[in-house]
Amino acid sequence: MSTLTTQVIDESILTKLKLRFSSMHNQAKPILLPMIGVAIFLFLWTLASSSINTSLGKFPSPAAVATQVHNLYTEHNQERDKAAAFYQRQEERNAKRVAQDPSYEPKIRAYTGKETFVDQIVTSLITVMSGFILAAALAIPLGIAIGLSKDLNAAINPIIQIFKPVSPLAWLPLVTMVVSAVYVSDDPFFAKSFVNSLITVTLCCIWPMVINTSVGVASINKDWDNVSQVLRLPKSKHIQKIVLPAAIPSIFTGMRMSLGVAWMVLIAAEMLAQNPGLGKFVWDEFQNGSSESLSRIMTAVIVIGFIGFMLDRMMQKIQYVASWDKSSASL
Amino acid sequence: MFAKSLKKLRKEIRNTLVVSCCVLTGSVTGFSSYADTLGYPEKEELKFGFIKLTDMAPIAIAYEKGFFEDEGLYVTIEAQANWKVLLDGVIDGRLDGAHMLAGQPIAATIGYGTKADIITPFSMDLNGNAITVSNAVWDKMKVHIPKMADGRPVHPIKADALKPVVESYIDKGKPFKMGMVFPVSTHNYELRYWLAAGGIHPGYYAPHKGDTAGTIDAQALLSVTPPPQMPATMEAGTIYGYCVGEPWNQQAVFKGIGVPVVTDYEIWKDNPEKVFGISKTFAEKYPNTTIRLTRALIRAAKWLDDKNNANRPEAVKILSQSNYVGADYDVIANSMTGTFEYEKGDKRSVPDFNVFFRHNATYPYYSDAIWYLTQMRRWGQISEDKADDWYKKVAAQVYRPDIYQKAANSLIADKLMNVKEFPNFSTETGFKVPQKHFIDDIVYDGTKPNAYINKFSIGLKSGDKL
Repeated sequence: MSTLTTQVIDESILTKLKLRFSSMHNQAKPILLPMIGVAIFLFLWTLASSSINTSLGKFPSPAAVATQVHNLYTEHNQERDKAAAFYQRQEERNAKRVAQDPSYEPKIRAYTGKETFVDQIVTSLITVMSGFILAAALAIPLGIAIGLSKDLNAAINPIIQIFKPVSPLAWLPLVTMVVSAVYVSDDPFFAKSFVNSLITVTLCCIWPMVINTSVGVASINKDWDNVSQVLRLPKSKHIQKIVLPAAIPSIFTGMRMSLGVAWMVLIAAEMLAQNPGLGKFVWDEFQNGSSESLSRIMTAVIVIGFIGFMLDRMMQKIQYVASWDKSSASL
Repeated sequence: MFAKSLKKLRKEIRNTLVVSCCVLTGSVTGFSSYADTLGYPEKEELKFGFIKLTDMAPIAIAYEKGFFEDEGLYVTIEAQANWKVLLDGVIDGRLDGAHMLAGQPIAATIGYGTKADIITPFSMDLNGNAITVSNAVWDKMKVHIPKMADGRPVHPIKADALKPVVESYIDKGKPFKMGMVFPVSTHNYELRYWLAAGGIHPGYYAPHKGDTAGTIDAQALLSVTPPPQMPATMEAGTIYGYCVGEPWNQQAVFKGIGVPVVTDYEIWKDNPEKVFGISKTFAEKYPNTTIRLTRALIRAAKWLDDKNNANRPEAVKILSQSNYVGADYDVIANSMTGTFEYEKGDKRSVPDFNVFFRHNATYPYYSDAIWYLTQMRRWGQISEDKADDWYKKVAAQVYRPDIYQKAANSLIADKLMNVKEFPNFSTETGFKVPQKHFIDDIVYDGTKPNAYINKFSIGLKSGDKL
């Protein structure tokens, strides 16, 4: 009897413990498994890098990349110090000139030194977001129009299908030539290189948004359409109250895809057109051919990947907030 | 006798003029320094382009040492992808000035390639290039080169040693391909000069027939590759050798993929190399800016050669920054500090491999411009005969010693430089005395370009047209 009770108690404790352990296991899973994955990847990377020899030395190992992250950050700080000294010298020079020539209106010129890695990241982010927003502003209205009208869809669809798979590298020479021919101004508000990258990004990332928006609009629940008809909603109200809310999940799916495309395109465009940004950083380092070049490029690769990931996460969060269909905002 | 007295008279008049000018400005403004009479720059924010080569050093030094800022110029320096992009940048105004191949402003002015009026007030350096061949070609070439007592090859290595190798490739039906950096680059003409001196035909251009490949009758096919990509292109087997500036020859030694065989110092001692090119409209619109940037560059060049190259290690450190040349310190130092490594371990002293200021390196000599024109004619880029006067006229359009002289005089007046550091401007004609130190011993006299062209056994001569 007593042995039985103890056994029962033991079993109940055991199941409780098991339950607790498994729940702990479930909580740890989303952190633990990725960590194991990354650790294995780092191990394999280290192993592989020590056995790949290039004419620029060994393939960069994770340790080399870590060193470069530190170096790039130090360089960034040094450049900031130089910039501060530059502005100070400039002020002194201006003051001296005003003393000699009182009619002179001193003006402060922007720092002329090099762009650091951090500056280039910022430049790339600004370019990609501008191109993406421009594309969204064009693509969403177009997508809605196509989604609403079967005839328009039939007319435009072949064009979309043909331009969708075009690589940025093919667009770039055309964009460059057109921009330098059309965008002529003595004191341009935007640099030409910025406009080149922006248009290339827009041209490449507009299509997923157009397609997704139109599909979303075209597949609106028939009941809602009927409601709109029963209420005799005018066209603008119909779009505002029925179409847009209904199509939001697919619009955002398109936007997420587009942003991914935009980021990839931008790096290629910067590399090819020597436009400032991360792509140019990679190309410059490749050209330098120093013993540190490969590890710097590898650092840039990881940073590019990480930023791409963060951009996607950001879009996902916005999608989650903006969309009524929370299931569409999954990973 | 008469000419001599005339010259003396002229000199006297000038001296009195200078003195009275100084007195005049001194009494009016209360300053006697030349900088005040020079006036502030009209355009202060400038953007200069360069290609990743060590001979861009004067621009980097003028920036880093504050020489540009001393002139009130705020300069941004930007690496360019290749020579074509760089030239287009100066033509369309995206760049205010650039580190250029000496042939570029000349070719642009005569309309070979893009037609544009580009001038140069400042010659950037002498020498600084070399010809490198791949390891495989070197092994075959080496047996034909005479050896010294210690077993190292006798220098300079002539293309005679390469000829049997080229012939063996042609016999096997394989074209012998080499790289150079631009159709009107010093490297193209140097490589052609060296090959032709060894009896290898590098091919003709025929622009009037639309042929700009430059491979007519060629035994060695030359093609264009941007400097920083040379080692990688040779490693990939696309070309078997190349002629390029530093550090891309030393890079081949460090990477163990090739062997530099001859420097341009040995092909033509103290040959003019890069120039600083600006558009003619820029110089006319902003005369003070032009003189001021020339002043900054002259000071930078002097700094680079000062105290017998004592500043070179510091210069190398600056150049190895990723925004300038960006190659490793050791690679750049190998050629910048007075030595040059040929075959791995065969490091020889070449103190004048890179000359930035000595031997009046910065003065834009007409005869230098004419040499490039003679080579353009020799290889058919200029398809028809031109009179000697035409050569002189073009040289005077492109090379602008007048601007250089103004800059130099103001530096002397400001006591930043010494009069002895410059050519004697009162007697300088812009023509160097006939130069003898070519690898084939042919003498170059810039005043007689047509006679010079006729001296070569390989190449177009007076009256020839393809």
